[in-house]
Amino acid sequence: MSAERSTPLLELRDLGKDYGSVIALDGISAAVRAGEVTCVLGDNGAGKSTLIKVLSGVHRADRGELLLDGAPVSFGAPREALDAGIATVYQDLAMIPLMAIWRNFFLGAEPTRGWGPFRRFDASTAKDVTRRELAAMGIDIRDPDQPVGTLSGGERQSVAIARAVHFGARVLILDEPTSALGVKQAGVVLRYVAQARDRGVGVVLITHNPHHAYPVGDRFLLLNRGRSLGEFAKGDISREELTRLMAGGAELDALAHELERPAG
Amino acid sequence: MQSETFRSPRGIANWLDPASTLGIMAVAVALLMIGGHFDLSAGVLTGTTALTVGIVATELGQNLWVAIAVSLVLALLIGFVNGWLVTRTGLPSFIITLGTFLMLQGLNLGLTKLFTNTVTVAGIDDAPGYAAAEWVFASRVEILGAEVRIAVLWWLLFTALATWVLLRTRFGNWVFATGGDDVAARNVGVPARRTTIALFMTTAAAAWFVGTTLAVRLTSVQANTGIGQELIYIVAAVIGGCLLTGGFGSAVGASLGALIFGMTQLGIPYLRWDADWFYFFLGAMLLLAVLGNRLVRRYAEAARR
Repeated sequence: MSAERSTPLLELRDLGKDYGSVIALDGISAAVRAGEVTCVLGDNGAGKSTLIKVLSGVHRADRGELLLDGAPVSFGAPREALDAGIATVYQDLAMIPLMAIWRNFFLGAEPTRGWGPFRRFDASTAKDVTRRELAAMGIDIRDPDQPVGTLSGGERQSVAIARAVHFGARVLILDEPTSALGVKQAGVVLRYVAQARDRGVGVVLITHNPHHAYPVGDRFLLLNRGRSLGEFAKGDISREELTRLMAGGAELDALAHELERPAG
Repeated sequence: MQSETFRSPRGIANWLDPASTLGIMAVAVALLMIGGHFDLSAGVLTGTTALTVGIVATELGQNLWVAIAVSLVLALLIGFVNGWLVTRTGLPSFIITLGTFLMLQGLNLGLTKLFTNTVTVAGIDDAPGYAAAEWVFASRVEILGAEVRIAVLWWLLFTALATWVLLRTRFGNWVFATGGDDVAARNVGVPARRTTIALFMTTAAAAWFVGTTLAVRLTSVQANTGIGQELIYIVAAVIGGCLLTGGFGSAVGASLGALIFGMTQLGIPYLRWDADWFYFFLGAMLLLAVLGNRLVRRYAEAARR
């Protein structure tokens, strides 16, 4: 595990965010390193969405620090985060179903050819790059011309991941990529998460499913009601402990966890 | 025997004429529909622009080209206001443009009466610059022994241009994306608002072109010109395969829809049927097209997970 060696790509120090008088996040610390998967786990209302919004530039943090390559940053808009290499793949909002895969792949960043009024969308380049990038991720697409709507949910997430990697994402935030999927499809997506990790991307995987998080994760940040229940390296926590921390009333489990420790 | 006249070059030129002005509007309305919006003010705007050309040229005594330019600026402004209100408020474009539709209808009548004391602006051909304007907007070209109005050629040109923009430019990609899912489009950096406003301005520009064509061709304009046409444009676009929900359609399809409309409109009198059957046929076509479009959408979203 390369955990303590390098400066993290992205580091959160005591991060906090309020909505009016409601404390949505408080005292969150974590690190995202290149070539590692940091999983953020938590039940509904734990603050996962707020954390994504702070990391992806939708909201600014009210307290604490966000460090990119060791330097403090603050994003005012999603575009700023994207330009800094932080890409976010949202669960249901990643693709336009009625558009061809290659059109989706380059949406918002279309390659062009020609100049002035003759500047046009370079379709052949777009198709070639799409086919090549998907193949590099091991995604087998029959025809890049088919509408994204004909793909399965897992395939769609995979295309979105390949797109983020192609456009130079150094940090890839995945919002519940497996929550709407069946077991097999979830496995497909997790394989592409591992692919992205192996290509040196720092992945933030947000999920409420410890069974999906554990096999692929290197570090685990557990959230409950906007507060951190702790950040664990994979070696420090077993799948059973992770599941117990997550399952049922999280606070009760935390208590049980605490009570167990002197005995073990 | 009837159908032979119908198929002859002269017959074709006859039914291409109503199809052409409708087609220019249907293409623009199709782009807007693919982008996810309606413009109910598009019909009455052809009247507003035609009346503006007429009033500026005759009542204010300007050169006809000045009048045409003033009319274009006005149209683009109205298109911008439509688009700006829709993107700013997030209200359905249906209701926003219904508002502008009714306002323009009132203005058309009110201002025409104020300037001319009648409901008609006439004498546009007396304005200086008419000859050149007639050449651009209302001349006839001989093709295969038949006199074809130049609007038909403009229609073909605009269809080709719109197809190219939709399929081969960044803007075209943004139009499909904005209509398909504007939140997802914005998430990946598509300027969805600017795209929407540009589409409303394109529709308004098309209305200006058609309005100017009418004003120059007829040399007089009624204050109620264009009212009721907005639904015909939408029907043509839908018959041509545009989804009412946005994100899918084509300019060529909308043009074919306009062509079918023109053929039916003139074909029914050729067959000596009662003109009432025209609307029955149109309605049946619309229903069939909507059912067909539903299948397209189902196919595209078949394998969701």
